[in-house]
Amino acid sequence: MSRIGVFVCHCGRNIAGTVDISTVVEAAKKLPNVVYVEDNKYTCSEVGQDVIKKTIEENQLNRVVIGACSPRMHENTFRKAVASAGLNPYLLEIANIREHCSWVHSDDKEKATAKAIDLVKMAVAKVARHQELFPKQVGLTKRALVIGGGISGIQAALDIADAGHEVFLVEREPTIGGRMAQLDKTFPTLDCSACILTPKMVDVAQHPNITLLTYAQVLKVSGFKGNFEVEILQKTRLVDHDKCTGCGSCWQKCPQKVASEFDFGLGNRKTIYIPFPQAIPNKPVIDTSNCRYIKYQGWEKDSKGKKPPECRICEKVCPTDAVDWGQKDEIINEKFGAIVVATGFKTFDHTTYGEYGGGRYPDVITGLQLERLMSASGPTEGEVIRPSDGTHPKTVVFISCVGSRDDHIGRSYCSKVCCMYMAKHTIMLKEHDPDIQSYVFYIDNRTGGKGYEEFSRRAQEEAGALYLRGRISKIYRDGPKMMVCGDDALMGRPVQIAADLVVLATGMDPSDGVVELAQTLNISYDTNRFLIEAHPKLRPVETQTSGIFLAGVAVGPRDIPDCVAHGSAAAVKVVGLLSQDTLTTDPMTSIVDPAKCVGCFMCEDVCPFSAIYRETTRDGRPVAIINETLCTGCGLCVASCRPGAIDLHGYTNQQLLAEVVSLCR
Amino acid sequence: MTVDMITNPTTSNQLRKLIEARSGQKMLACYQCGKCTAGCRAAYAMDLAPRQIMRSIQIGLEDEVLTCNSYWVCLQCQVCSARCPREIDIAKVMESLRQLAIAEKSKPPEKEVAVFNRIFLKMIKRYGRVYEAGLAAFYNLFSKHFFANLSLVPSMLFKRKLSILPVKVKGAKKIARIFDRVKEIENEKVSG
Amino acid sequence: MAELVYSYYPGCALHSSSKEYDISTRLVCEALGIELRELEGWICCGASSAHTTSDLLGLALPAQTLKIAEESDLPLVVPCAMCFSRLKFTIAGLKDNATRNDINKALDEELGQEIEVESLLKVLDGKTISIPVTKPLTGLKVACYYGCLLVRPLEVTSLDDIENPTMMDGLVQNLGAESIDWDFKTECCGAGLPIARPDMVLDLSYQILSQAKSLGADCVAVACPMCHSNLDMQQKKMKSEDGQRLNLPILYFTQLIGLALGLSAKELALRKHFINPLPMLRDKGLA
Repeated sequence: MSRIGVFVCHCGRNIAGTVDISTVVEAAKKLPNVVYVEDNKYTCSEVGQDVIKKTIEENQLNRVVIGACSPRMHENTFRKAVASAGLNPYLLEIANIREHCSWVHSDDKEKATAKAIDLVKMAVAKVARHQELFPKQVGLTKRALVIGGGISGIQAALDIADAGHEVFLVEREPTIGGRMAQLDKTFPTLDCSACILTPKMVDVAQHPNITLLTYAQVLKVSGFKGNFEVEILQKTRLVDHDKCTGCGSCWQKCPQKVASEFDFGLGNRKTIYIPFPQAIPNKPVIDTSNCRYIKYQGWEKDSKGKKPPECRICEKVCPTDAVDWGQKDEIINEKFGAIVVATGFKTFDHTTYGEYGGGRYPDVITGLQLERLMSASGPTEGEVIRPSDGTHPKTVVFISCVGSRDDHIGRSYCSKVCCMYMAKHTIMLKEHDPDIQSYVFYIDNRTGGKGYEEFSRRAQEEAGALYLRGRISKIYRDGPKMMVCGDDALMGRPVQIAADLVVLATGMDPSDGVVELAQTLNISYDTNRFLIEAHPKLRPVETQTSGIFLAGVAVGPRDIPDCVAHGSAAAVKVVGLLSQDTLTTDPMTSIVDPAKCVGCFMCEDVCPFSAIYRETTRDGRPVAIINETLCTGCGLCVASCRPGAIDLHGYTNQQLLAEVVSLCR
Repeated sequence: MTVDMITNPTTSNQLRKLIEARSGQKMLACYQCGKCTAGCRAAYAMDLAPRQIMRSIQIGLEDEVLTCNSYWVCLQCQVCSARCPREIDIAKVMESLRQLAIAEKSKPPEKEVAVFNRIFLKMIKRYGRVYEAGLAAFYNLFSKHFFANLSLVPSMLFKRKLSILPVKVKGAKKIARIFDRVKEIENEKVSG
Repeated sequence: MAELVYSYYPGCALHSSSKEYDISTRLVCEALGIELRELEGWICCGASSAHTTSDLLGLALPAQTLKIAEESDLPLVVPCAMCFSRLKFTIAGLKDNATRNDINKALDEELGQEIEVESLLKVLDGKTISIPVTKPLTGLKVACYYGCLLVRPLEVTSLDDIENPTMMDGLVQNLGAESIDWDFKTECCGAGLPIARPDMVLDLSYQILSQAKSLGADCVAVACPMCHSNLDMQQKKMKSEDGQRLNLPILYFTQLIGLALGLSAKELALRKHFINPLPMLRDKGLA
């Protein structure tokens, strides 16, 4: 016989402000099997939980209904309270009379109260049919996967490895380092970016616990927290990295040049290359789209057109015979207990803005392109020159918010770091050439970090940058000059500047391919394709999917210190998970009654988690069986099963029908 | 030097609400970036630049807005609206201000554009099409710029690009009635 | 050649001060096998004066022309950019029921099915129908000037890229000429202000023309009678700081097509322009 206790929460004024609690209490008393009803101001508080515990014990309750906020908030808390009174924690049902009632019906108190009563009625009917459920313990793989080798991923990998766990760091590019490797200096310290980054990159390469896979991509992820199965594509480099010593003879002698992605097209690289001198691994890859020998091989196959050069110079000059034309793409399957997604960003494509030239003006460049020009290892060896004619610019105009804070191009958000990097650029330009005059067109000057406001003042007071408030409407060419048409809002007059070089402070977009990755990981992303945290305030590095964590700009624009902190925070969560010896599974999984199963396997088709497999019964019938560790309890199989052979623990057909019946009475 | 006094939120919001209703644009979405002004070809001839017009409406500077020349010299070229990062149709706001000024019969700071428009519409109402010679002549008369554009007349006549007499479209009376009905419908809306 | 038939809405300017546009349009269409049937009893679209006085008036006047166009059930081709813009705004406005009701009330008639309204530039862009060039305009450097109303607002006209349109450039290149790469394709020339604020027209138009000239343009091609008027009729009043005249001929794109089809400068009414294009064209052996 069920002895149900009902606890109705006021939640301060959140519920009580709309729902008449005393009416609900009175109605609950009349419900079948209810032996005790009480209301509390804040049931989730320590006092509230104590009350639940005491009440269960004193009244020998064997089922509990709590009318309160969404189970997402406190289901775990209340389960613990129920368990502490000696009751199975799954003999609890929560009626959501806040998010599903008081918060959405604040305009009609009478109806809201009636609905709250209904919700409690349903919960009472359901909980009466609850069975005790027992979670299982499963083993886990003590190995972490970090996707993305920028500063966030690097930090996460190092912290997890230092804590004694195995880590795989998978990076799509031929080298780790991400965007930070492309910077010349970092604000506000003006540290040389490569100087502070490369030691960490070397640590990654040398760490005994880290397996570094570059030029590799995550293709598929399946499984669950503690037991992920990941398929990784190791792209062929056509170079045997075990034999290669990184001597550089091949890329020095390679005759084919193409535009360098690392330098954003401002310079060239060879088709056997390392992206930059401090690349890790310091061993080249061959760009199969542009390599001459690959093209020759293509010609050999179809004999179309003129015979291209056979080349193979890299192969000839390599002292260790490391060039391997036969090398193929490889699929690596590996198991991981936890995954950190640190896929970073790419800069906004400014060619969208036709009014800024749409990419047709060589002297209108992006902030990152300016970094490459200023970098001593860049395409101009640190000479800041105009891409069009190689002359030294004297008037440089910066334009903020290109690709940010602009509904018109679908980027309403602020990219956070641009105000700071424009200030940095004006200071660095002054160091390169004291005759340069910088003008910065801004809308706001966002300098919220530590030392940032002071740094911004340096740009104006020491580097002499002139800040003008107003957006730029158009840039047009007038002879060699770029005419920048702006509005000096503070003076209230339009203004035009004849610039030698225009630098667009382009915003941050999430990296390509993040949507496909998110879909295979089963994690959420927002309208801007940034990955979504479990809670924007309180759970910044977790996702709604247990075992998958987030770090860095993949979540949203942020600067380097925040990326490092984020990476470490994600690492802590991973280490917390991996330091356990077993994991507890959720017992709310589906179960098939083999006697009723007709072997149609419709459930197998609909299961998004591949948690259903086939078995043959002793009397030779093929039936479906649920893999409890993979099952997430979504219920799709239950709905799809025509003979009704599948039921869901915690949401059984009987329980749900009881809810419906209770409403109809 | 003036100090902008905002003492009564209800009255200072009045102009904004009026323009929002007429133009359908969210005035408070404007974050004063100035891109409209930066691209406005007529801004150099305006008392208040487009951004300043938006600002004046936001904070309720009714007098300034209703006595400036900005929306009279606005070319309605639509560049401001095309580039606004907050997707505000600023050209529509300018149009609404001009419509309001005409509806309230307020005296524009410079009469030329207003006179031109009035005569233009009178011509269409009468003849159904623009009678250019008449338009120019009456403009000169009513704007008191008696000799404006006269130098072009001989060439125009010689090249047969100007007819001295008006051409009245068939059924021009019907056109006049359109004008009248439009006025009726609008008056109904204001009073209704 | 396929026989294409369009209703034709010339607008007020093409019947008077921009007659050359009408003349050249008719000639070129005839040569290309396009039949133009001028609407009977069309009225002024209201230009900028109507919509800046009253929303409803600004839509009702073009709607009256749409009503007339309904009778023939043909697509309507419009040479004037202002008329095109106003008609497109009206079509957009008619999609809203309340506005449609008001317009019907104002016309005292119910508007029927949506009429397809095409800009003349689109019809004669060289892609919709091919233009059989017999006298390519070799050696002619043209600055294609689109003006404001053909490309903006994008949601209303949907004609071409609003920052760097290339429709006319493509056409001009097909005719054998060279179109210059310049940044003033859509900067306003002064619109409807030549009578009320001629000073502004001179300032704005001069800036456009001097840009084109400094980049080596031999002429400017336009697709709007207002633009032509501002750039051509007013040009003699424009002088540089050192007193130089621009002397840059302004041609309608239809006149360029006509020349490439072998029609004569006289037929195409080139003499009606204030800045005489004939010396330049003769110099290049194109007239």
